[in-house]
Amino acid sequence: MPISAQEVLHIARLARLALTDDEVAAFTEQLGNIFEYMKKLNELDTQDIDETAHAITLRNVLREDRVESFADRERIFSNAPDREGDCFRVPKIIED
Amino acid sequence: MGFEAVIGLEVHAQLKTDSKIFCACPTAFGMRANSNTCPVCTGQPGVLPVLNRKVVDFALKAALATESTIRRESIFARKNYFYPDLPKGYQISQYELPIAEGGFIEIDTKEGRKRINLTRIHMEEDAGKLLHEAEFEQSHFSLVDFNRTAVPLLEIVSEPEIRSPEEGGAYLRMLRDILVYLDICDGNMEEGSFRCDANVSVRPRGQSTFGTKTELKNMNSFRNVEKALEYEIGRQIRVIDEGGEVIQETRLWDVAADKTVSMRTKEEAHDYRYFPDPDLVPLEIDEGWIGKIRESIPELPLAKRDRFQREYSIPAYDSEILCQSRALADFFEAAVAMHGNAKAISNLLMTEVLRELNRDRVDITETKLTPAHIAGIVKATDDGVISGKIGKEIFQIVYQTGDDPVKIIEEKGLRQVSDEAAIEKIAQKVIDDHPGEAMTYREGKKGVLGFFVGQVMKGTKGKANPALVNEILKKLLEP
Amino acid sequence: MGRTMELHHLTLEDLAAYLRRKEVTSREVTEHYLSRIHTHDEEIHSYVTVLHDEAIRRADEMDAALLRGEVRGPRHGVPIGLKDIFCTGGILTTCGSRILSNFVPPYDSTVYRKLADAGTVLLGKQNMDEFAMGSSTETSHFGATKNPWDRGRIPGGSSGGSAAAVAAGLCPAAVGTDTGGSIRQPASLCGAVGMKPTYGRVSRFGMIAFASSLDQAGPITKTVKDAAILLEAISGYDPKDSTSVDVGVPPYREWCGRELTGTRVGIPKEYFVGGIQPEVDREVKRAIAALERLGCEIVEVSLPHTDYALACYYIVAPAEASSNLARYDGVRYGYRSEGHSDLIGMYRQTRADGFGVEVKRRIMLGTYALSAGYYDAFYGKALRVRTLIKRDFLEAFNAVDVLVTPTSPTTAFRLGEKTEDPLTMYLSDVFTIPTNLAGLPGISLPCGRDEENLPVGVQIIGKHFREEDLIMVASALESVLGAFGVAGESGAREES
Ligand SMILES: [Mg+2]
Ligand SMILES: [Zn+2]
Repeated sequence: MPISAQEVLHIARLARLALTDDEVAAFTEQLGNIFEYMKKLNELDTQDIDETAHAITLRNVLREDRVESFADRERIFSNAPDREGDCFRVPKIIED
Repeated sequence: MGFEAVIGLEVHAQLKTDSKIFCACPTAFGMRANSNTCPVCTGQPGVLPVLNRKVVDFALKAALATESTIRRESIFARKNYFYPDLPKGYQISQYELPIAEGGFIEIDTKEGRKRINLTRIHMEEDAGKLLHEAEFEQSHFSLVDFNRTAVPLLEIVSEPEIRSPEEGGAYLRMLRDILVYLDICDGNMEEGSFRCDANVSVRPRGQSTFGTKTELKNMNSFRNVEKALEYEIGRQIRVIDEGGEVIQETRLWDVAADKTVSMRTKEEAHDYRYFPDPDLVPLEIDEGWIGKIRESIPELPLAKRDRFQREYSIPAYDSEILCQSRALADFFEAAVAMHGNAKAISNLLMTEVLRELNRDRVDITETKLTPAHIAGIVKATDDGVISGKIGKEIFQIVYQTGDDPVKIIEEKGLRQVSDEAAIEKIAQKVIDDHPGEAMTYREGKKGVLGFFVGQVMKGTKGKANPALVNEILKKLLEP
Repeated sequence: MGRTMELHHLTLEDLAAYLRRKEVTSREVTEHYLSRIHTHDEEIHSYVTVLHDEAIRRADEMDAALLRGEVRGPRHGVPIGLKDIFCTGGILTTCGSRILSNFVPPYDSTVYRKLADAGTVLLGKQNMDEFAMGSSTETSHFGATKNPWDRGRIPGGSSGGSAAAVAAGLCPAAVGTDTGGSIRQPASLCGAVGMKPTYGRVSRFGMIAFASSLDQAGPITKTVKDAAILLEAISGYDPKDSTSVDVGVPPYREWCGRELTGTRVGIPKEYFVGGIQPEVDREVKRAIAALERLGCEIVEVSLPHTDYALACYYIVAPAEASSNLARYDGVRYGYRSEGHSDLIGMYRQTRADGFGVEVKRRIMLGTYALSAGYYDAFYGKALRVRTLIKRDFLEAFNAVDVLVTPTSPTTAFRLGEKTEDPLTMYLSDVFTIPTNLAGLPGISLPCGRDEENLPVGVQIIGKHFREEDLIMVASALESVLGAFGVAGESGAREES
């Protein structure tokens, strides 16, 4: 299943990945090969088969509505690449 | 050519749980930035969500109150997109199998009662907030606050069956009233606990296909929703009348400019890549669970309105106002149970009481007023103990002090004078003092009676029984 | 205990016994391992972070507790290694990635918490393929780990650091994770025992996610009994993980040394066709013969959809991963590309610099498989095929108690041998992937060696939540085949 460089670039945009020209070329070929291999799944008729999202069937795993505050918040903030007080600072969004 | 509007509303209602939907952080509003956070809701590597049971209970309440069909099995999905206020890079929401579908909400329109069908109701987590540094235009940065991240939301989507801004407003108010009655949402648009986006298009009347729609955002009051819809419908009709075409886009309501403005389109079309969230397991709702929730559903606003009209013979307008708040409606019924003059009680509530409540921005339960107070004032008026005017004065004192109206009447000597002899004495004096006016009356100009009544009331400091005063004056003035 | 006996040859079980009898202190054992790491790990490179001071401090605490008579069970004072995928509060956790190269978690994973509660001493965080994506530990941002038996070869992956450390005597035991074979395949290639429990048996809370519906943590040890001892410590329901299952944890150790008479062992024929290295085929069949001699009933079974498992896996796992890895955006933690005036530019360059090529490849694969118009053809289809694969196993288990297969089609390959061709690399997990898709438990233990003296592993697969069956069969097999031991300086077996 050949994939075009345009598709690779579109997917990279969705995934927020800047790719070099070499990466675009390599991924175009490799993803094409891999999806070609995936086509073997089409040999199987799965029309009446349910999807298995979880191998183990569980239902209704719930917690009670009880508040428990996390004490060590400073350990969260201290990992920030750029912080201002207890806030995470990010470059402004420029719509293009 | 006549156009009609086609409107669908998408509401996000914040649920009144104590903790967030997938972690134990508090949901409290107005806290310091990032104080309601933990590893889970800040999307640390390795964390996992666990669903808050109360969120499901609340979703079921909303579903039952809108006669929606509850899915036996529903699942959570991931909606993938990048934004700094979305810590995991995806929002946990419901997509293919939402908890409820196909309910409806009824509203009253000029043409009568109308049913607006619901597409779906689903649960999801809220995103955080981007704060812009001072003088945003100059700054190159934004700050991220995750306090609101993972606060539980219900998304309620209507079918495109709303045909005018008024209907849109009525739908929104009714939905808000229902959620507030269910005690699952604050319903406060200004604070953002009840938010609304709109899909709007227009088409020539009689056409069955839809025109191109725009999505309206940023309307943070009921009034703004109506104004934005009004503006946008007019704008679209203008575009078409001028031979142009409506572009599918997102537009923001600009409160200051009173118009909708185009939000420049994003770099790429949205592709949210929904898939079932493997960190959460399916939800199975059985009859037992539904039954338990059903028991907790109170009488809903519309049913209450209809019943009030029927049971208490009060006008539609009164019942609508009284039923806007469950507390006010309960208060009304409790007062009527003590004194049966429903219309008079309704009048007092709708004028004097609501004026005070609105001014002080409080709920009736937050005041010193009790149903017995209101019943007492109305009863005293009905019994002729006080006049309506005095009743209003007594209400003011009760509202401020919480004292018993009967006690106030006695202590302040406000009891109405119904002593015929005493009134007759004052009336005779007034007539004697105004022979000219008495002559005018006797010559047939009966309108001058009001003047005498006023004088007698003045003479009794307003305490005289007005009906009696009328009767006595007429008798004395007749030749 | 004679001091001539090198501590690193001892099993976890024996070490714990010596510790309890106070014949050796936790500090002595810990220092012994730290000094071995110091000497040997420059070459093997099985650790990303070594906790010199913290480990000794912790060992002293465990010794003091022991003196007070507080014994926290059969792991008290034993040093262990942890794959660098488990969040350890206050201790660097990189997941083998540049994007987390400076990440100090603000909380503990449940696995780490349970191991600490069990009295173990953490020696350090072990190398791995970046975000567990790989079968050779070559995709780690911190450089490849070498196979202790032949340093020109890979140790397998993604838990290659943990398997190599156990094989090289750089920790007595370790805990890794397995999404498509990442515990069993490196254990097999390094001559260790590796077990992936049933999905839901061990909490995933705090374990950095690769593919959430497949990831499971499990032990990598010298012996089957050690695996049982460690599994007991980390298993159990965790309210913080919605997919962890609330079923009791049996005393797994008690299934060691039991008779196998009457145990029905299924041999899936699809696992013995083409593409297997002849010595692997030979050694695994030798192990099956040994099981027969131990009294097992050997039954040929069929798992007809085996051939589709790899394609299914390489849709499901990258799809989940593409979403799981969206959080690495340079906003809250980890690496951020500097000097960007707009957010999207920052995102794209952060992720371009922060992720290695295999991770990017899988993000691309997964994003593509989920993108508009492709969901049904890829992800939806894969989830249906997954149903067929699971069904195959459940049907086979109507007739047998366990299944026996090779763990990996080959023994350890050369460094760099498969890095250029992703599909070839993916094929090295072809025998382990189906169990992850079906959520079943699997164990790998050494069963022989190839012409180059490299270890060959045999895999035993069991029913859901029947880890004890695996331990029983593996333990009996081990008693006749022998454990593989510790690799010496040159890769030759060090006599103990
Ligand atoms: Mg939504
Ligand atoms: Zn939280």
